[in-house]
Amino acid sequence: MKKLIIFITVAVLTYTLAVTFKDIPFGENRIGDLNNPGTVSAYYLQKAPEDLHVSNTITAVVVNFRGFDTLGEVTVLFLAATGLASILYRKEDEEEDERITLKSSSLVRTGAKILFPLMLVLGLYVFIHGHLTPGGGFQGGAIIATGFLLMLITYKRFNTNHNVMVWLESIAGLAFVGIGLFGLFRYGSFLQNTGWTGNLNDLVSGGLIPLIYIFIGIKVGTELTNVLDILLKIKPRKN
Amino acid sequence: MIAAAVYAVMQKDLLYAVLATGVISVVLSVFFYLLQAPDVAITEAAIGIALTTIIFIITIRNTSRDEDEYRDNHVEKF
Repeated sequence: MKKLIIFITVAVLTYTLAVTFKDIPFGENRIGDLNNPGTVSAYYLQKAPEDLHVSNTITAVVVNFRGFDTLGEVTVLFLAATGLASILYRKEDEEEDERITLKSSSLVRTGAKILFPLMLVLGLYVFIHGHLTPGGGFQGGAIIATGFLLMLITYKRFNTNHNVMVWLESIAGLAFVGIGLFGLFRYGSFLQNTGWTGNLNDLVSGGLIPLIYIFIGIKVGTELTNVLDILLKIKPRKN
Repeated sequence: MIAAAVYAVMQKDLLYAVLATGVISVVLSVFFYLLQAPDVAITEAAIGIALTTIIFIITIRNTSRDEDEYRDNHVEKF
């Protein structure tokens, strides 16, 4: 009986999905051009290199055309990190605040020491060149957090300064809002880009886009590092 | 990738199951790269392989490693 119900449910779901996806043409060129656009992507693909002088169209969409949504995304991440910290954070004087990790071998320790600066540089590169090459603030921040994670699980003594991290994160978040307000007061709409955008494929180009992505990168990197630091300090529950 | 997914569902030892989901992420990020989405590939590599796996491993360390053992304890309590 139970199996029959499961089977009927799956059959109904499959049928609904099949009916929905039946008419969608896959692999066709649905972009069109600007005069006869199939979707909104034609507009983005043409306007991003022409008006903004940004070669990475995804970055232009995320930070410029859909910048307000990105601010919401960053806020969601901030709230998630805050909630986690408020549940799991314990004061340092309460008890010994040591991460519990196994002792790592000298091979791992030496490798981590060599890889850590390289990962930081790669993360910085990814979000500074967010408007030129694939990647951007979120990706660069995640790479930086991975580098810190490597050090945190390899070395017991390696500690991040919690206050510096929190301040960096807050300043980066406020700077993003500040850039938005600057656009609001100077040009009349929130997160409005400046008129000056430089040349295509220059490092300093695209107006405010690289600036915003640098702040997002710093914010994501510090936030994820803090979350991992807190998570690694949980003590196993004794049964 | 599908083999790793099936292994992750079938495996009773949760640590190996988590490592299998890490393997899924590796293959998935390669697929993203081949499908010309390099930025999604970078994100998948950093978050899917490293961060998610580590968070699951921390959780396993704080609970119990074996699925059957957990279920038995759970049934006895209630």
